[in-house]
Amino acid sequence: MSQAAIAVRDFRKLYGAAVAVDGISFEAHPGEIFGLLGPNGAGKTTTLECLEGIRRPDGGALDIFGVDPSRQPARLRDLVGVQLQTGGLPGEMQVGEAMRFFCAYHRVPPRYDLLERLGLQPMLRTRYGELSTGLQRRLALALGIAHNPPAIILDEPTAGLDVGSRTELHALMHELRDGGAAIVLATHDMAEAEKMADRVAILLRGRIVATGSPRELTATGSGLTKISVRTEGSSLFRNEAPLPAVQQRLIKEEYAVFYSTDPGPTVAAILSTLNGQDDKLIDLRVERPSLEERFLEITDGGAR
Amino acid sequence: MIAFRTHFAFEFKTGLRNATLLMMNYLFPLGFYALIGLIMVQINPFFREMMLPAMVIFVAMASLLLGLPSPLVEQREAGIFRTYKINGVPAFSILAIPTLTTIVHAIIASTIIVVTAAPLFGAVRPANWASFGLISLLAILTFGALGALIGVVSANSRATVLWSQLIFLPSMLIGGLMVPLSVLPKAILPFAALLPSARAMQAYAGFAYSAPTVFDPAISIAVLAATGVLAAGLAIYLFDWDRVNRTRRGHPLMALLVLVPAVIGLFLG
Repeated sequence: MSQAAIAVRDFRKLYGAAVAVDGISFEAHPGEIFGLLGPNGAGKTTTLECLEGIRRPDGGALDIFGVDPSRQPARLRDLVGVQLQTGGLPGEMQVGEAMRFFCAYHRVPPRYDLLERLGLQPMLRTRYGELSTGLQRRLALALGIAHNPPAIILDEPTAGLDVGSRTELHALMHELRDGGAAIVLATHDMAEAEKMADRVAILLRGRIVATGSPRELTATGSGLTKISVRTEGSSLFRNEAPLPAVQQRLIKEEYAVFYSTDPGPTVAAILSTLNGQDDKLIDLRVERPSLEERFLEITDGGAR
Repeated sequence: MIAFRTHFAFEFKTGLRNATLLMMNYLFPLGFYALIGLIMVQINPFFREMMLPAMVIFVAMASLLLGLPSPLVEQREAGIFRTYKINGVPAFSILAIPTLTTIVHAIIASTIIVVTAAPLFGAVRPANWASFGLISLLAILTFGALGALIGVVSANSRATVLWSQLIFLPSMLIGGLMVPLSVLPKAILPFAALLPSARAMQAYAGFAYSAPTVFDPAISIAVLAATGVLAAGLAIYLFDWDRVNRTRRGHPLMALLVLVPAVIGLFLG
């Protein structure tokens, strides 16, 4: 693995007596998307704001390409691109004007190509206050990466976006990663984290409670595969005979749902049961445990 | 330099694009000027003698004292300063550039009045134009610094209105704009002496119009300049990036130090 682009070591942040972040450590490497997941108040935004140099940490060390964000803010600006969760632009600022404005402060030529890429080119003269939430987020991302930063921090980048915009932004994030950028992505959207992140850390009450690739994380959970079956006669609703490897069964709307440790024999047994009952299969779904389920497992456990 | 130019151009245009700022920079002061020109000089012909300086001070107060602070507070509260900070916009630029562009708007509106007041309403022209110009510039800069300071220390837009009106209303009543200080009751004069508008009007009277004054015009200029410098320094010192992560270097009440030159001026004349 290459040298870390973003390194967080034993980072602590207090608000008065309350501990917001309690000694967390993680690294994001060039060419990697690192997901930071957690429920509201877990400490994600606090961590990102300290990385962005907005807040000062109370303990530990933060390092972005050798720069301490709170001590060397001027050097940090060239290294980091940020899309904030909150915080916008003046309502009167036009799209093209915003690009010229921030590029001037970053000492780079305006990146109209990014505006084109994100579908904002026809809106060069549209004021920020007149853009939809989705377009405002696209503009924020364009402004954040206009100076080609090697480290990028995205806080809920696709919140409130329609499907098309999300897909477009995901493609851009993959492009940036493939171009060598280290991306830290904070999100509530587990499907997005699972799809986008190479590694994730789950934060709960200011501590990292699980870390690894989405596949590793889901594998360390209960490991149960969900098998949902819908039939014409709903015979499985009445059948209480044991099925191989099934740990739990329940009825959910028109589906009989089985949680299995070994889906192959379970599916074979279900089909055999249906034949024996002379029932006809309408739908069969086999789903491996998702990051969302693992997340809920961890956060529910933590909450208890 | 490109960054400064781009930022300056944006803020200058905002002063025209934003309906509230357009109102405070031009429509309100010029409308008031037209109204005063049509009515006041009929009621009180002597008002012609003080019309030019009074209207310049009024423009400065409308745009810089009433107009400038609220956008500063609203931008800070909306997290816009955070976006600026993350993208390398210095605190000094965030504060200085909107102040400078509002000063330019105030100078433009004042120039319109200075050019038109004599032919339209028979306003008396100053005896010394150079002094008139310099005192106008000093007064506009001082009100700019005061407006920036109010924007920096106010917790919200309502507070800016309160602080601004605390200077604006007394200035209109006892600041020498509508009624000469010489006709005010003696007991009121110490309060008037605390107002930048009164000090500016006395400086105009003494140096630009060679007219008798109540306060020493040289001391008035010194008080005005010291107030402006102190207000600018305090605004920079007390500047805060955002509402959730207070990094202000001093308590907002430190802003009251801006009264020190005026209080000292009370004893000097």
